[in-house]
Amino acid sequence: MPKFEVVPILELIRETPTTMTYRFRGDFGGQPGQFLMVWIPRYDELPMAISYLGAVKGITVHDYGDATHAFAAFSAGDRIGIRGPYGNAFRLEGEKVLAVGGGSGMASMIAAIEAFSQQGAQLVTAAGAKTAAELLFVERANASGEVHIATDDGSRGFAGFVPALAEKLVDREKFDQILTCGPERMMKAVVDLARAHKIPIQASLERYMKCGIGICDACSLDDQLVCVDGPIFTAEQLGGFEEFGKFRRDKSGRRIPA
Amino acid sequence: MVDLRTEIAGVRLRNPTMLASGFLDETGGSMARVFESGAGAVVTKSIGPQPREGYPNPTIVELDAGLLNAVGLPNPGIVEYAHEVKRAQKGGAVIIGSVFGKDADEFARVAAKMASYGVRAIELNLSCPHVKGAGTEIAQDAGAVRDFTRAVKDAVSLPVFPKLSPNVQDIASFAVAAEEGGADGIVAINTVKAMAIVPELKMPFLANKFGGLSGPAIRPIGVRAVYDICEKVHIPVVGVGGVGSGRDALEYIMAGACAVQVGTAIIPKGIAVFEEITKEMASLLEEAGFGSVSEAIGVAHA
Repeated sequence: MPKFEVVPILELIRETPTTMTYRFRGDFGGQPGQFLMVWIPRYDELPMAISYLGAVKGITVHDYGDATHAFAAFSAGDRIGIRGPYGNAFRLEGEKVLAVGGGSGMASMIAAIEAFSQQGAQLVTAAGAKTAAELLFVERANASGEVHIATDDGSRGFAGFVPALAEKLVDREKFDQILTCGPERMMKAVVDLARAHKIPIQASLERYMKCGIGICDACSLDDQLVCVDGPIFTAEQLGGFEEFGKFRRDKSGRRIPA
Repeated sequence: MVDLRTEIAGVRLRNPTMLASGFLDETGGSMARVFESGAGAVVTKSIGPQPREGYPNPTIVELDAGLLNAVGLPNPGIVEYAHEVKRAQKGGAVIIGSVFGKDADEFARVAAKMASYGVRAIELNLSCPHVKGAGTEIAQDAGAVRDFTRAVKDAVSLPVFPKLSPNVQDIASFAVAAEEGGADGIVAINTVKAMAIVPELKMPFLANKFGGLSGPAIRPIGVRAVYDICEKVHIPVVGVGGVGSGRDALEYIMAGACAVQVGTAIIPKGIAVFEEITKEMASLLEEAGFGSVSEAIGVAHA
């Protein structure tokens, strides 16, 4: 059955100078890590991670292009189209879990961080951003466990990239599961780290999408589709991909550097 | 055991299912995976001379009746696409190259390049704008169908299969025009022109406003088209439109098609659909006393 509905935005929450959360009612279920295809009428339809589960859902959007910029000017009461939820979910396996988020990648992981914590796992989050102002969902992560911060400019916490911070944490204590979401080259570094320490990892990937339902082939990575086989992949899967961390595809399907 | 092998103008297939153009065929990795999962052949995304982004989203909408899409021919361009064909060939896939262009010359040039990559046949996507036709498609001008087919035939030494549009008065006359142009086979049908509006937003769903409908709703339209075409031409026909089961495939086969293409059924069933169709077709043929697919081709024409 088609899973499309038009919903009014209940609330907009400015999270950082470049990210906004949109809350709306949606009784379509959804699991941590899944995404929605969100139609911003007159602009575009884009895949977006579900950052709040429950009856009042949420998506948290990084303003990076024309459509997301227009979306940032929407108000409560404005309507959007949503279909989904699509894709696989984070497997909530592990007693001691490290979540490594880069920038708006935290939006894809925060629901999983909360779900892990609710089922009793011990959570450590390493959240990175360019600057302190761009840190996302630090308070929510803090409510679910320990949080460590990295900023590229050193304005808060560890001065440097978040994979380097994650490496310190992994050297310090033993984790039995790692989650990661963020820029692909950052995730590549985290996946390599997990592999070197033989810790299972789940990485949530992002690709340009048209359909979201496994037919258009716009989001493919080697022979896997980010929309239906992912967006979450394990180290074993990622290790077999030639394109992970190297190539993505533009709207025409041309391979371009990741 | 029912013999499922079939042949279209010399192109031999291990079974009569083919991946329809526009589905999971922008990348070589996906085409190889679909072939490995059981398709008899894969048809590439329609490839043009230059990279094209296609229309903005929304480009697809799932309706009760089927899938409505207006993707706008996105493709990486024929030069870049060599990489994808090569990748699919590594997986052993039987590949049919779908091409389009703005005029007969461009069609011929892209087809020749595609042929040089080692595909087994060329499919012509004629449902693109006809520069001389003021808003109509090439597929809606029988003279253009004949001339474009001839131009491509002159440029390649592979079998050429024009894909016909159902958005015409009499599709069989277009098949006749294609045959006059030297076509080695016919693919029918492309999507049915359609539209969906979102009442809550007071606007069409698709960014392009209208698009093409595929899926179960158009199967009877496709079966009728194939039946008609088979009465008028002597070249093989490939049936496409709403095939999602072995029974659906047999409708087309009995209408006269020697193979079928599958696309929209991938949404509910995944790529396992090819094997599912093949198995169901085999058991239905066996029950009906057929020893092979080829014995069943066209039997509905009494």
